[in-house]
Amino acid sequence: MPVNSTHYLFLSLLLFSIGIMGALMRRNAIIIFMCIELMLNAVNLLLVAFSKIYGDADAQLFVFFIMVVAAAEVAVGLAIIVMMYRKVHSVDINILNRLKH
Amino acid sequence: MEIYDILFWVLSAIAVSCALGVILSRNPVNSVMFLILTFFAISGHYILMNAQFLAVVNIIVYAGAIMVLFLFVIMLMNLNADVEPQKGQLVQLAGVISGGILFLVILAGIKSAKPEIMDKTSTDIGLITNLGRVLFTKYVLPFEISSVLFLSAMIGAIVIGKKEETKDPDAKAERVN
Repeated sequence: MPVNSTHYLFLSLLLFSIGIMGALMRRNAIIIFMCIELMLNAVNLLLVAFSKIYGDADAQLFVFFIMVVAAAEVAVGLAIIVMMYRKVHSVDINILNRLKH
Repeated sequence: MEIYDILFWVLSAIAVSCALGVILSRNPVNSVMFLILTFFAISGHYILMNAQFLAVVNIIVYAGAIMVLFLFVIMLMNLNADVEPQKGQLVQLAGVISGGILFLVILAGIKSAKPEIMDKTSTDIGLITNLGRVLFTKYVLPFEISSVLFLSAMIGAIVIGKKEETKDPDAKAERVN
């Protein structure tokens, strides 16, 4: 069976679900962050696939903007994680459930 | 079976297995390495779909910049498999089941979608000339706004990451000495 849009839908869905599972399974804040990146990339892959199917450049521009937002998000998020590590000397998210220290 | 289909399945297998490696490996450094491999596989998919510019940007921005930032932070904190916090077996099982149920629900939703045939001939949509033309005509306002977003993220990261000034004048004098 030749590759069609359904294959890309399934692949993106699988990568997205793996990202969700990782975010729910792990306690390390950095790994959870990486799982969010994985989910963003799954969506990017699907946008590019549909850009190819419908011959439209707009979807690839959206991928470009998603990358921009992800880069900004990572810069701020890692700064917050480093700050948290300085205060509590751990990246375990279970310590953060009290919101005070 | 065409070369396109073979490459699709090989790249998909690499992407999915490396994504599983990200969430299953104990050592955070190994997780980062698996995620970089996943991004390379996804870049391979982009090249397969004639999105050459995005493939290059994906490697430079994600695998090159963002993942190095992650690696740098992990090494700064000296994280390894020994200090890695682990959730209980029950919570992990609950996470896998919830993710699997989400997978099944969306799968049931898209199962009946009409398969669109991929046009495997080469197109020039993904080339930088074409993308640049669209970016600077149709999407010029979002482009400018994203530059403001970057600036604010840069300032925010510096403000958050800055060491706090000590209020105590004696401590300050001590540091000067």
